[in-house]
Amino acid sequence: MTQTFLGMPHAPAGVGHLHGDRPFPAAARDALADTQLRRNLGHATATIRAKRAAVVGELEDWEDLRRAGEALKAYTMANLDELLLQLETAVTARGGIVHWARDATEANQIVVDLVRATGTDEVVKVKSMATAEIGLNEALADAGIAAVETDLAELIVQLGHDLPSHILVPAIHRNRAEIREIFLREMPDADPSLTDEPRQLAMAARAHLRAKFLSAKVAISGANFGIAETGTITVVESEGNGRMCLTLPDTLITVMGIEKVVPTWTDLEVFLQLLPRSSTGERMNPYTSTWSGVTPGDGPQTFHLVLVDNGRTAVLADPAGRSALHCIRCSACLNVCPVYERAGGHAYGSVYPGPIGAVLTPQLTGAATSLPYASSLCGACFDACPVRIDIPSMLVHLRSTQPHPVIERASFGAVAWTMGSARRFRFGEQLLRLGRLIARRGRIRRLPPPLSAWTDARDLPAPPAQTFRDWWAAR
Amino acid sequence: MRVALFVTCLADAMFPDVGRATVTVLERLGVEVAFPPGQTCCGQMHVNTGYQRQALALVRNHVEAFEPFDHVVAPSGSCVGSVRHQHAMVARNAGDAALAERAQAVAAKTYELSEFLVDVLKREDVGAAYPHRVTYHPTCHSLRMLRVDDKPLRLLRQVRGLDLVELPDAEQCCGFGGTFAVKNADTSTAMLADKMRNVLSTRAEAVCAGDSSCLMHIGGGLSRLRTGVRPVHLAEILASDS
Ligand code: SF4
Repeated sequence: MTQTFLGMPHAPAGVGHLHGDRPFPAAARDALADTQLRRNLGHATATIRAKRAAVVGELEDWEDLRRAGEALKAYTMANLDELLLQLETAVTARGGIVHWARDATEANQIVVDLVRATGTDEVVKVKSMATAEIGLNEALADAGIAAVETDLAELIVQLGHDLPSHILVPAIHRNRAEIREIFLREMPDADPSLTDEPRQLAMAARAHLRAKFLSAKVAISGANFGIAETGTITVVESEGNGRMCLTLPDTLITVMGIEKVVPTWTDLEVFLQLLPRSSTGERMNPYTSTWSGVTPGDGPQTFHLVLVDNGRTAVLADPAGRSALHCIRCSACLNVCPVYERAGGHAYGSVYPGPIGAVLTPQLTGAATSLPYASSLCGACFDACPVRIDIPSMLVHLRSTQPHPVIERASFGAVAWTMGSARRFRFGEQLLRLGRLIARRGRIRRLPPPLSAWTDARDLPAPPAQTFRDWWAAR
Repeated sequence: MRVALFVTCLADAMFPDVGRATVTVLERLGVEVAFPPGQTCCGQMHVNTGYQRQALALVRNHVEAFEPFDHVVAPSGSCVGSVRHQHAMVARNAGDAALAERAQAVAAKTYELSEFLVDVLKREDVGAAYPHRVTYHPTCHSLRMLRVDDKPLRLLRQVRGLDLVELPDAEQCCGFGGTFAVKNADTSTAMLADKMRNVLSTRAEAVCAGDSSCLMHIGGGLSRLRTGVRPVHLAEILASDS
């Protein structure tokens, strides 16, 4: 990242799920060979793409809404310091308790201590990217506390001892038959005659979770929005299981990335139109829960808000990269990304896969990675993004901050030198014509590494006998 | 009208027919074409692979070659995209504000071929004939960087004898992406496979696009599999009159 801001802490390695252990090209190669995964993903992303396109197409002011969302986010980031303090004041005034965590380790410790203080050893969880990012479930497990995911797809991932592969649909890589198998294997209370019919699967999960909701003393959630003006936290969901967690237990702990703050209540109007249409392809999501601190006699009587940085301030410090923080985690960019659709979410090695993951992950960790290259720069992500994050430009920017392989750097330097003058370029073209010697019937079918990566699957035409420039000169 | 042809380094070195076809179309429409001999490469491959500093010399060279002309035309959405969206940025990031301004001025008068024909010359019928079954792949940068929209299709619809068939999932990337095709060869090939499947489903003889680079990729795959479907640049169809 930008050298001047080395002082900003990044997300630490060894905790949470941002630091993948394999380069993208290698991880993608394995995923590409999984025919079931290819089918599941191709089918699921095509379905969501079509739904999104339909509901976005019905709004005449969609482009205005996108611009409004972009402007609100830019304002928020420019005033983040003040807005966060305002949020803290408002939450505290309404009976909530605010905690500040510099990184994943601190955030996990805070939550573990809070849960321990209640004396319980089981918590229910609302689907949340922030807690997945910091590896909260693992930290709780280390402290002897079981975290039960209550979002259906998260539950499938958790029971399958698997990792999420999509922001919105963490089990997008699974199909019905696989889900049935996981339920039968991992849910002690599942009916052995369970079929793979979606309704039956949902009912099995429902029965399993109901018992958990009724007994849980502590719930843990993330936040879609935290309104600075009123101290109101908002969670947007489809199933209603989040609503159960947010209302039934005595204690609610919300873990929120600091960039999720929005200035005022009325700003929600923009985001609540942008988010559901972009993410699930719905006009409105089924459940929107909002709460401000504690309401005596109604809902959780203790409310903790844990505000997490975990590299976000470092992202904010980079002018060319900071708009990655504008992301509202709708996952539209994943669904339209041709690379994501084929390689799947796990190949990115981060809880944030797809185009936004390829820019956000390296920025949060500050580590060298192959992720910014995991894109053909086709631009589909920018067109889909409800807050107009220019992901392709950011990928190009991040590529220029990555360390380059020595031989590649030398080659690019040599090519740039050659192309720097027409005289040298023409000479280069003459050299290229030697390629005619290795062509058979006008085609080159095999080249040495690294160009073999091209010829493994594609022919190259033989260079022409005469370049355009020479033809023009002789014309 | 004096127009400078920016042939692009790839067409110059590898696909001179595309350059010749561009000249043929423009001259048929009464345009006087110049070829500034100082031109080389827009530098996009360097910028997009993370070598922005090395691209600076290429940006300067490009600006110097094309500054004197009223219009610049290139048979490539991608290279025009780079001129328009990257050149000034590369100069600015290198601290050369004067060059950034000059690059901006060159960008403002640079057009991709279909843009120039439809927007500047106001022509959709360019007097071409191409009696073949063809499907059209809109390349990502012409579509999403330049927003050429349906201009290439409007031109193709006026070509006599052309049987234009719609390409399923046309707007999906073919998987080229410059060095992406080598750095992430497996993913790139998977994308190419789907593009080829869609091309073959149209039973077209030729797949047309406005970028030699994407055509080299799609055509390279089609050739490897001996499909008998050929890549053809938009300029080549528009230049054809038999
Ligand atoms: S980057 Fe944009 S499209 Fe992608 S998840 Fe975030 S808000 Fe949605």
